Amino acid sequence: MPASVLWAVDLFGRVYTLSTAGQYWELCKDVQMEFKRVSAATQCCWGIACDNQVYLYVCSSDVPIRHREEAYENQRWNPMGGFCEKLLPSDRWSWSDVSGLQHRPLDGVELPSPHWEWESDWYVDENFGGEPTEKGGWTYAMDFPATYTKDKKWNSCVRRRKWIRYRRYKSRDTWAKIPSKDDPKELPDPFNDLSVGGWEITEEPVGRLSVWAVSLQGKVWFRRGVNSHNPCGTSWIEMVGEMTMVNVGLNDQVWGISCEDRAVYFRQGVTPSELSGKTWKAIIVGRESDRSHSGSSSSLLSAGCFFGDEVRGSGTESAPSDTDASSEVERQGPEQPFPKESLDDSRNLKGSLSKGPEASRNPEQNMENACPAESEGKAPEASSADECHGPASTPAELPWTNIDLKEPKRVSNQPAAGFPETTGLSSLGPFPLGMEEPYGADDHPLWAWVSGGGCAVEAGSVLKWFTVQSGQSPSVQMLSLSITPAQTAAWRKQIFQQLTERTKRELESFRHYEQAVEQSVWVKTGSLQWWCDWKPHKWVDVRVALEQFTGHDGARDSILFIYYMVHEEKKYLHVFLNEVTVLVPVLNEAKHSFALYTPERTRQRWPVRLAAATEQDMNDWLALLSLSCCESRKVHGRPSPQAIWSVTCKGDIFVSEPSPDLEAREHLLPCDQMFWRQMGGHLRIIEANSRGVVWGIGYDHTAWVYTGGYGGGCFQGLASSTSNIYPQSDVKSVYIYENQRWNPVTGYTSRGLPTDRYMWSDVTGLQECTKASTKPPSLQWTWVSDWYVDFSVPGGTDQEGWQYASDFPASYHGYKTMKDFVRRRCWARKCKLVTSGPWLEVAPIALGDVSIIPESAHADGQGHNIALWAVSDKGDVLCRLGVSELNPAGSSWLHVGTDQPFASVSIGACYQVWAVARDGSAFYRGSVSPSQPAGDCWYHIPSPPKQKLTQVSVGQTSVYALDENGNLWYRAGITPSYPQGSSWEHVSNNVRKVSVGPLDQVWVIANKVQGSHGLSRGTVCRRMGVQPREPKGQGWDYGIGGGWDHISVRANATMVPRNMSREQEAHGQGPVYC
Amino acid sequence: MTDDKDVLRDVWFGRIPTCFTLYQDEITEREAEPYYLLLPRVSYLTLVTDKVKKHFQKAMRQEDVSEIWFEYEGTPLKWHYPIGLLFDLLASSSALPWNITVHFKSFPEKDLLHCPSKDAVEAHFMSCMKEADALKHKSQVINEMQKKDHKQLWMGLQNDRFDQFWAINRKLMEYPPEENGFRYIPFRIYQTTTERPFIQKLFRPVAADGQLHTLGDLLREVCPSALAPEDGEKKNQVMIHGIEPMLETPLQWLSEHLSYPDNFLHISIVPQPTD
Repeated sequence: MPASVLWAVDLFGRVYTLSTAGQYWELCKDVQMEFKRVSAATQCCWGIACDNQVYLYVCSSDVPIRHREEAYENQRWNPMGGFCEKLLPSDRWSWSDVSGLQHRPLDGVELPSPHWEWESDWYVDENFGGEPTEKGGWTYAMDFPATYTKDKKWNSCVRRRKWIRYRRYKSRDTWAKIPSKDDPKELPDPFNDLSVGGWEITEEPVGRLSVWAVSLQGKVWFRRGVNSHNPCGTSWIEMVGEMTMVNVGLNDQVWGISCEDRAVYFRQGVTPSELSGKTWKAIIVGRESDRSHSGSSSSLLSAGCFFGDEVRGSGTESAPSDTDASSEVERQGPEQPFPKESLDDSRNLKGSLSKGPEASRNPEQNMENACPAESEGKAPEASSADECHGPASTPAELPWTNIDLKEPKRVSNQPAAGFPETTGLSSLGPFPLGMEEPYGADDHPLWAWVSGGGCAVEAGSVLKWFTVQSGQSPSVQMLSLSITPAQTAAWRKQIFQQLTERTKRELESFRHYEQAVEQSVWVKTGSLQWWCDWKPHKWVDVRVALEQFTGHDGARDSILFIYYMVHEEKKYLHVFLNEVTVLVPVLNEAKHSFALYTPERTRQRWPVRLAAATEQDMNDWLALLSLSCCESRKVHGRPSPQAIWSVTCKGDIFVSEPSPDLEAREHLLPCDQMFWRQMGGHLRIIEANSRGVVWGIGYDHTAWVYTGGYGGGCFQGLASSTSNIYPQSDVKSVYIYENQRWNPVTGYTSRGLPTDRYMWSDVTGLQECTKASTKPPSLQWTWVSDWYVDFSVPGGTDQEGWQYASDFPASYHGYKTMKDFVRRRCWARKCKLVTSGPWLEVAPIALGDVSIIPESAHADGQGHNIALWAVSDKGDVLCRLGVSELNPAGSSWLHVGTDQPFASVSIGACYQVWAVARDGSAFYRGSVSPSQPAGDCWYHIPSPPKQKLTQVSVGQTSVYALDENGNLWYRAGITPSYPQGSSWEHVSNNVRKVSVGPLDQVWVIANKVQGSHGLSRGTVCRRMGVQPREPKGQGWDYGIGGGWDHISVRANATMVPRNMSREQEAHGQGPVYC
Repeated sequence: MTDDKDVLRDVWFGRIPTCFTLYQDEITEREAEPYYLLLPRVSYLTLVTDKVKKHFQKAMRQEDVSEIWFEYEGTPLKWHYPIGLLFDLLASSSALPWNITVHFKSFPEKDLLHCPSKDAVEAHFMSCMKEADALKHKSQVINEMQKKDHKQLWMGLQNDRFDQFWAINRKLMEYPPEENGFRYIPFRIYQTTTERPFIQKLFRPVAADGQLHTLGDLLREVCPSALAPEDGEKKNQVMIHGIEPMLETPLQWLSEHLSYPDNFLHISIVPQPTD
C-alpha cells in the first residue's frame, strides 16, 4: 500500500498533513494562506481559506498536467497564387478547429485560467497518422471536408495543417484560487464548507473528482469538469437541496474532530458489511515539530515543515545510511517550495523556474529568489534554509496582510469555541506565523478540521497513529531497499560469524565420525488430478508420490511418481526432478492447476498437467516440488544480477540463471534446457539490467521495483527470504459485450437473427459471456466491482455506451446512422488479486512500459547512475533519476516532452533511446548521455510501410521493433554518425514481444509454436546465429512455453570467456558508439 | 551468510563429536572399544544413541544389561535436556571430542528420569512444544494443528529432517503483524552453580514503550548475577547453541532463530574459562 496523507487544519488556520507511513504532522509547503476548511483527494486538496475563497492545492508530481490545444490552418489552391489563405465564401474559416466549424485563430486561443501556462509557442505538427509529412506539415484533399492525405495530388484543391501548443498546469504545491460564483446583485454568500470525493465511481474516467461546497446560507455548489487534465474544473453549478458536512475516506472510513478535546478521531472497524464501525479512536501521535522541539524548534517553525526532515535527520540518532539520504531526496522531489513569497509571486516564480530559460527574462524575480533557486538543485541544509527564509518570515512582510482578514485573536483561550462547524468563520482567526509560538510542546494539539478523502486505510491494515511512537520513522525503513538497519546490526553479524566458527570447531576434524541419525527416504503422497495423455483428454484422478533420497554427502535426489488407472490396469509415470525445467501455475478459471516441463516435454509442447483440490493443496505441492528442483540444481536465494526474467500470461514471474554457454558461439545450450524458477508476485512486464536493478509493471500499471528478496506468494517458509517480501496487489478488468439488433417494430432488442452471435459475448462474438456466468480469469482473482458500461472503447460510444455498425462483425462507431442495424456495448468488471513478493511499489505514477540501460558484465559501470526510461500509462515519456544498485527505485521522474502519447521505450547501450508512439511510428532521442539524461530532441523514424509499430528493443548496437501484426523488424544502417539508421528489414513474423540484450542477443515470445504433441501459444525463443557481422541471425531455438507473455534478457551479459576476446575484437571493427 | 534462514539450518545441523566409553566397573565379556559418534545438538541423548547401546551390549552379557544412562565427569546427563544444552552447560570449555561415560548399572534415581522408550521422549518433547506455544500464542497455533502436523514435527526431529520439521514449525514462529512479537518468550536459563535446575519466568519480547527487549534486558530482569558488573570483569558466558550472542540481540529474533526444536530458548550461563 503506498503512503497517502491525511490533511488537517489547526485552530490557527495552518494546514498539516499526516502520512500513513509517518508519525508526525507535517506543515503544508505553502504556508501563505490560513484555512478553515480542507477536503483532500490523493493528488490534491481543496480548501476554503479565511478570505472565504476556495483554493486548490495540487501536489507536485514529476509528470506535468498538460493539455494540447489544436488549431487548423486551411488553404485553397487557386491558379494565380497557388495555395493561399483566400478561401471560397462557402469555405470554412482559414483558422479553425478540426471540424472547420469554429473560428480559431492562434492568438485567440487563451489559457483557461491564470493557473495554466504555455509550454511553448504554437508549432506545426508534421506528424500525420504516424507518418512524417513534408516540411510544413500540410495535408491535402480535394475539398473541405474530406479525407486528407499527406501527398499532394493533381486534384488536391485544398490543404490544411495542424498547429499544436501545449499548456501546463503550473500552480502546484501552492494554493490556487478558484473563482467564486458571486452574483454582484445579491448579498455575498461566502463558502462555508467543502468536500471532495467520488474518485471510486467506476463509470467515470480515472482522475475525475466531485467537488461540492456549501455556502454560509446553506447553498450547495458543485464544481464542474474537475479531472486529471483540468484540476481546477471549469465552473460552479448550484445544486438543489442542502448538504451537511460529510467526510468519508476512500474505503468508507470516517474521520472527525471531537468538540470536547478537539482531537482527531478515526472511526475504526468500518468494513463493507458493517459500515457504522465499532469505536471512535483518537489519533494521539505527536506532531513532527513536537518531536524535535528540544533541538531546533524555532528554525522548524520558521523554515516550514519542509526542512523539518533535515532537522530531524541530524537531530535524532536514527541510523543514518546511504539509503536514508536517498529516501530524503525522494520525498523532497526536484521542486522546492518557496513558502515565504507572496502568493502571486510564488506562482510566477514556480512557473518561470519550471520553464527554465524563460526565468532569466524576469531578473527582478530571480534576484529576489536567488536563495531558494540555488537550493533547488541540491538537498537543502537546514541552516541555509533558515537564512533564506528567516528574513521573509517577519509578520510585516507576510503577503496575506493585504487580504481582507478577520482580526486575529486567540481562540484557544475561548473554551466555548464549540464544534468547528458552528465556529466556522468567526472564531478561526489566522495567526501570523513565526510571530510567537502559539503553544508549548507539551500541549496536545487542537484541531479545527480533518479530511480523510485521500487517505487510504485498507480494512485490517494497522496504523501507528493510536500510540505514541519512538524510534525511526517507518517511511525511512520502508524505502531503504535490501539493507535494513537490523540486517547490518553487529549482533547479527556476530551470530553468523560465531555459528560458522562453531561449525568449524565442532565438525571440521570430526567429519569421519558416524552420524547418529541415518538419512532415509522421505515420501510425500497425495491425491491430484492429471490431464491424461490419451484422447479424449480429460482430468483423471491420480495418486502422486514424491520420493526424496538423501545421500551421505547430503545431496538429494527426488522422483515424482504419478499412479493412474487405465482400463482397470494400474500404471504410473515418473519424473526425475533434476530434469524438470519449470513448474508453472496454469491459467484456469475452474481448477488449481500447474504444469511440469522437462526439455523433452517442452519440445513436445505437452507438459504434465496436474490439478489440486484446493489452492492450499496446490501451493503446498508447488512449493515442495519447486524446492526439490532448486535443491537438485543447487539454485538458492537471490537470483544473480545477470538473471533472465520472464512473465507468464497469468502474471507469474520466472527467473533463470544464464549459464555461460547460453550465448556461446559453438555448443550453445539449447534454450529448452534452461531451468526456470518462480518468484513471488504478480506482474505484466519485467525489465532488468546486469547491475541487479529489476523493475516490473502490474496489470493495473503500478510500477514495482525488485527488493532483492526471493519467494513470497505461494512460496512460504524455507523457499522464501525472511525480509524484503511485501504485500502486492493487482487489478484488472474483465470485458464482455452486450449485442443488439434493430427490427422495425421494437427497435434495438436483444433478439438477434438465428445466425447472429450470442447476445452476450466476448469481443469476438464467438463465446457466450453473460454477466452471471463470466468468472474472474483465475481462482486467485476476486471481483471488486459490479459490472459497469465501459465508455472508453476505441471508436467512441453514445451516451449509453452503445457502438453501432451495419452488421456483426464490422467496424463500430459511436453514433447511430440510418444504415446501422446492430449495436453493441462493452461491460467491464474489475477484479483484484492479492499476493506477496520481493517487490516494492514505485509510487505514484502508473507506467505502460519501462526500460533499463543494458550494461556488459565487464564494463566499468560502478558508481554512475543507471539510466531508466519509462512510458506512463497516459503515454508520457519519463526518465528516472538517481537509480543505482543501492537505490534501485531511483529518486524522481524527469518528464520528456512529446507531441503525442507514446507506447514503448527502450534504452540500449551507449544511451541510444528509441521509442514507439501510440500511432505506430518510431522515434529516436538525440543526445542522451549521463550528463544530459533526457537528451535534447526526438527524431521521427517512419514505421515500416503500412505497419504500426508497437514495441522497440535496443541492445548493444541492434535495434529491433515489433508491429501490431507480429512482424519483427531490424533497423539497418545504424552507424555512430547516423544512429537513426536507414531502413527497416523484416526478420520474422509470429512474434509477440522482443527483448534484445547487451550482447545483441535477440529473444522473443513467439505467438504459436507447433510441437510433436501439441501447439503452444506464447513461447520463449532465441534467435540463432546472431553475430556481429550477422546481427539478424537465422532461425529460432524454441524454449519454454506456452503461456509466456514477456521476457527480458537485458541483464545477461554472460559469455564464455574465450569468446569474449573474439567478441570484443569483432566489435572493435564494427560500428561502435562508445 | 546473507539470510536469517541460514541460521536455522546451522542451528539444526549443529553436531557434537562424542566419544562414548563404557564405565570401568561395568562387567564385560570382552573389551569394549570406545564408540565415536556425531550427536545432533538439537536432539535428545536417548533418541540418538541406539547405535551406542547396540555397540556396548555386544560386549556384555545379556543379564547385565539394564537401562542405559550417561554421565560426564561425574554428572549424570539428563536425557530430557537437549544435547547441545548439556554440552554447553557442562563441557563447553573442555576439549573435543566430548567424552561421555556409558552406564548400565546403578541408575541414579534421584538425578535422572527413566526413559523406557522413545515414546517418553516424544511425550516430553511435545509437552515442551505445547508449553512454548502456550507462552507464545496462548496455545492457539499448536491447538489448531492437526494430529499429523504434530507427528510431522516429531518425525522431523527423530529422523533429522530439517525441511519436514520446519514446514510445520514455521507456523509456531509466526505472530500477528500488529504485534511486534510473541506474547511471552519461552526461555529457560540454566546455571551449574545453583541448585535450582533452571529459571523460567514470563517475559515479553517488547517493552511497554514499544522497544524490543534484548537478551541483556532479559538477564538483567531474571538473572542479574549472570551479568558482569559495570566495568567489572566478565565472569560468565551466556551461551546458546555453543555461541555467545551479543547482549544487544533482540530476544524476539533469538526466539525465532535460536530456539531448540521444542521452541524454547535454552540459555546456559557458564563460568568464563580462565585461559
